[in-house]
Amino acid sequence: MSETPHIDIDYVANLARIELTDEEKAKLGSQLDDILGYFDKLNAVDVSGVEPMAHAHAVTNVWREGDQPGPVFDPEVLMQMAPESRENQVVVPKVVE
Amino acid sequence: MDYEATIGLEIHVQIKTRTKMFTAAPYEYGAAPNTLTDAVVLGLPGTLPVLNHAAIEKCAQLGLMLGCEIAEVCKWDRKNYFYPDSPKNYQLTQNDQPLCLGGEVEIELADPARNAAGEHRWVKLNRIHLEEDPGKLTHEAFDTLIDFNRAGVPLAEIVTEPDMSSSAEAVAFLNALRNLIIYAGISDCDMEKGQLRCDANVSLKPVGSTELGTRTEMKNLNSISNVKAAIEYEIERQRDVLESGNLVVQETRRWDVDQGISFSLRSKEEAHDYRYFPDPDLMPVEFDRNRVEALRAELPERPFDKQRRFEQEYGLPYTVTTVLCPNRELSEFFEAALETHHSPKLIANYVANDLLRELAAGSEHGAQNLKVSACQLTPAHIGTLAKLIDEGVISKQIAKEVFTEMFATGELPDAIVEKKGLKQSNDTGEIEALCREAIAGNEKAVNQYKDGNEKAINALKGPVMKATKGKANPAMLDELLKKLIDEG
Amino acid sequence: MQDLHFKTITELAALLESGELTSVQLMQAVIDRTAAVDEQVKAFLSYDADDALAQARASDERRAAGQALGPLDGIPVGIKDVLAVKDQSVRCASKMLENYVSPFDATCITKLRQAGAIIWGRLNMDEFAMGSSTENSAYQTTANPWNLETIPGGSSGGSAAAMAAGEAIATLGTDTGGSIRQPAALCGVVGMKPTYGLVSRYGLVAFASSLDQVGPFARTVEDAAIVLEAMLGKDLKDSTSIESLGETNYAAALKDKKGPWTLGVPQEFFGEGIDPEVKANIEQAVDWYRGQGCTIVDISLPHSDLAVPVYYIVATAEASSNLARFDGVRYSHRSEAAKDALTLFTKSRGEGFGDEVKRRIILGTYVLSSGYYDAYYKRAQKVRRLILGDFEKAFEQVDAILTPTSPTPAFKRGERTDDPLAMYLSDIYTISVNLAGLPAISVPSGFTESGLPIGLQVIGKAFGEAEMFAIAHAFEQGHDYYKTTPKL
Repeated sequence: MSETPHIDIDYVANLARIELTDEEKAKLGSQLDDILGYFDKLNAVDVSGVEPMAHAHAVTNVWREGDQPGPVFDPEVLMQMAPESRENQVVVPKVVE
Repeated sequence: MDYEATIGLEIHVQIKTRTKMFTAAPYEYGAAPNTLTDAVVLGLPGTLPVLNHAAIEKCAQLGLMLGCEIAEVCKWDRKNYFYPDSPKNYQLTQNDQPLCLGGEVEIELADPARNAAGEHRWVKLNRIHLEEDPGKLTHEAFDTLIDFNRAGVPLAEIVTEPDMSSSAEAVAFLNALRNLIIYAGISDCDMEKGQLRCDANVSLKPVGSTELGTRTEMKNLNSISNVKAAIEYEIERQRDVLESGNLVVQETRRWDVDQGISFSLRSKEEAHDYRYFPDPDLMPVEFDRNRVEALRAELPERPFDKQRRFEQEYGLPYTVTTVLCPNRELSEFFEAALETHHSPKLIANYVANDLLRELAAGSEHGAQNLKVSACQLTPAHIGTLAKLIDEGVISKQIAKEVFTEMFATGELPDAIVEKKGLKQSNDTGEIEALCREAIAGNEKAVNQYKDGNEKAINALKGPVMKATKGKANPAMLDELLKKLIDEG
Repeated sequence: MQDLHFKTITELAALLESGELTSVQLMQAVIDRTAAVDEQVKAFLSYDADDALAQARASDERRAAGQALGPLDGIPVGIKDVLAVKDQSVRCASKMLENYVSPFDATCITKLRQAGAIIWGRLNMDEFAMGSSTENSAYQTTANPWNLETIPGGSSGGSAAAMAAGEAIATLGTDTGGSIRQPAALCGVVGMKPTYGLVSRYGLVAFASSLDQVGPFARTVEDAAIVLEAMLGKDLKDSTSIESLGETNYAAALKDKKGPWTLGVPQEFFGEGIDPEVKANIEQAVDWYRGQGCTIVDISLPHSDLAVPVYYIVATAEASSNLARFDGVRYSHRSEAAKDALTLFTKSRGEGFGDEVKRRIILGTYVLSSGYYDAYYKRAQKVRRLILGDFEKAFEQVDAILTPTSPTPAFKRGERTDDPLAMYLSDIYTISVNLAGLPAISVPSGFTESGLPIGLQVIGKAFGEAEMFAIAHAFEQGHDYYKTTPKL
């Protein structure tokens, strides 16, 4: 990571499913390159033998016991929210696999 | 060049819990659209997942049934990809620290003769992890409908090693796996209901080569016959590609059931950049070792182990054990009937033949899903029936009638025999008279018997049986006829 | 008598209890004040005066029936637009959630209701809590009541500005990297972030799950403690929530804990980038503690300069995944130009998200993407542990750590909007606290020459809120900054 970092903005924007204008791409690209450059600081640290820290307080076995069914939504709750719906289902433009 | 196939399977099994993997919303197959959702299922802003302990326990049980190690610690990861059936656009799954590690499944390859045991071998598993099912899309003419009922149902993903080499092995594996899962009560494995789904990875390599070829992944294999057909199709397709000097492209292919062909779904590498990372909303699970042993102790005997035991302990033939043992309920029914009357071969025949036949006749489900518990017969019914036969109270011929009657009414066989007066007749006086009549009426048969044709005696039995409505004890009759002819 | 809207919870609770004041009168005073000043301040995205008055009436009825619920009963608490309130819009100041109404209450809201608080309005913020100036709201820019040309800080700028302007008696914010403490400092009010896990995140629209916490803004430390005490506790809906391992009777702690304390001052927090007036002010505050008999220890948090990169990797990675659910399918903005499943996502998200949100999603997606995960995300999580280790080491010898909350006072609108990196550096003193999961509070410590507030940050041990409050309370009571209010 010693060379200048550079984001392939088209690839990443597609992964993130965000349409960007060419202008946005140009601006974001250079801003993000600056930020990534700043992140280079991290490479100076020796992290050998250090466990990644995923949670602030490491506890385990937090779960719901009993397998008892809880309340469900009336389908109307979702139908009210959805931009488009039919027959109690959410409608989206045709998904082609 | 000659090629050989390498096959690995990924099987998704819906775990039979009452509630979903990360929330208490219930699940049942076939409910009206979007009636089994809550804020968590729909991924509403501000919602958080909470693990379902029952699903974790059941998955661990599944792992133990399949010979896996239960990990000391497993954790939860997000698999990020956008799809309209995925409410959060990431799937909660287990990436690098799954619940179950390794494992192996004993399979039996069908013997060409069909009535003899086929070759057994063990297929190695890589892992089993827990994840959540997405919702269901229905594609209509101009748009797509989404039902989120299924979203969040606990799924165990069983990943095999690339350890099979033919469609027959894959089929044998799926059958064995299915039996094990149903045995352990983890899932009903009804493929039509999507409770068990299979993806297959297929690659070809030159015979003897140790290096695996480029693989393709076949999706949408929703029946065992589809798995078989798709693998066979893919092996041939790849062979054609290689033989024409081309390279197999690593890709996902979709099996089209109607056309019987597969086609490429996506080959863009982008599709596989899932950006896994540990889910910050869920804590790791440390599986208690005592609990592992307790779960292990509760496991049922595995089907093939039971089959071997039945053959050794009860002297049952393969043709019978291969019917009884894949079905836990049936095999347990059989053993329970032995407690009424220990006559294994006779009882096994009744369970494997008569009982199954009657069940199948009255079942809406496929032959795979016959439920003994759905009929009125108890093990004591069959045990008593066998006892009546063995004690000479009724003949096997009469027993057929008794069986049909008790299956229909649930009455105990001794009561039926009593009520209908079906007791075998052992009245030698009446039978002797009838025998004399028969001997007198068929000189030809008598002479044939005298000339050494033992079977000719049967022609004399018929009229006696007819006259007694089948109640004459056949063994006694045989003996009496011979005695009378010899004396005569 | 001082204006009702600038009184503290403790003062108002006494008036309500004695019957000198009704909750309806108080609520009406706050509504009137808001109507008078919010044109200038623009702290509220929306509020429903009728609903608030109805809640106030219910409180008065409880009290009349002798069933008052405690010090918060009848007190209007303003809510940041990132917290779910049943049947109210939850927009996170984003066009993405323009039409979204929550069908449920966040757990912290449920708990406030149980304590009798009036849930009051929707407060402006940086879109999805991403920003340090509240300029990233898709709806309006909030002004700092001390100088309308400057920003109120962020992301909970609306919550801080509403407090400073007397538009609420307390408010809720959320703090992922300083989003409560920095605006509290810039607006001259008290703001505190609890130990990670102390307050449930259920109903808080996630930005960075492993860092987000809900916390109070208040006029005094005691008030903040009252609000926190009502909200804390393990919640079965949030697996990362946890019962406090420390004292949670904060009122008693403020009375009992009088010091003197051993306080650490990290040299790394007084170096490059700090405004000289801020530096001098905080040094004075440290001197004040010394004057009260406290032992001041120079400590070192050697990995401090890595907090910003670690934070922006961890937070953006989590955000890129958390915000994937805003896809135009179920409840968020759907582009009219969507023609298929892909453009449904890309166009809806392209239109629905603002610049800073896009920037962070892209950054977060990148650091998780294939080939970069280890170099960025995994490495950042390791350095995060080193940062925690710095604090743990320091807390072996000190009771709390004193630092500036923000390196600068409020800056002018538009000053940093085109320089994201400069904006990110305004969180330099607050984010390491989130990375380590510790509690911290910003308490007003004076003003600059130009009359802008400055805040002192007191960082406590994990679950050491009681001690932290006592230390901040001592400073506050030794000064009268909290009694000074801006002229509007």
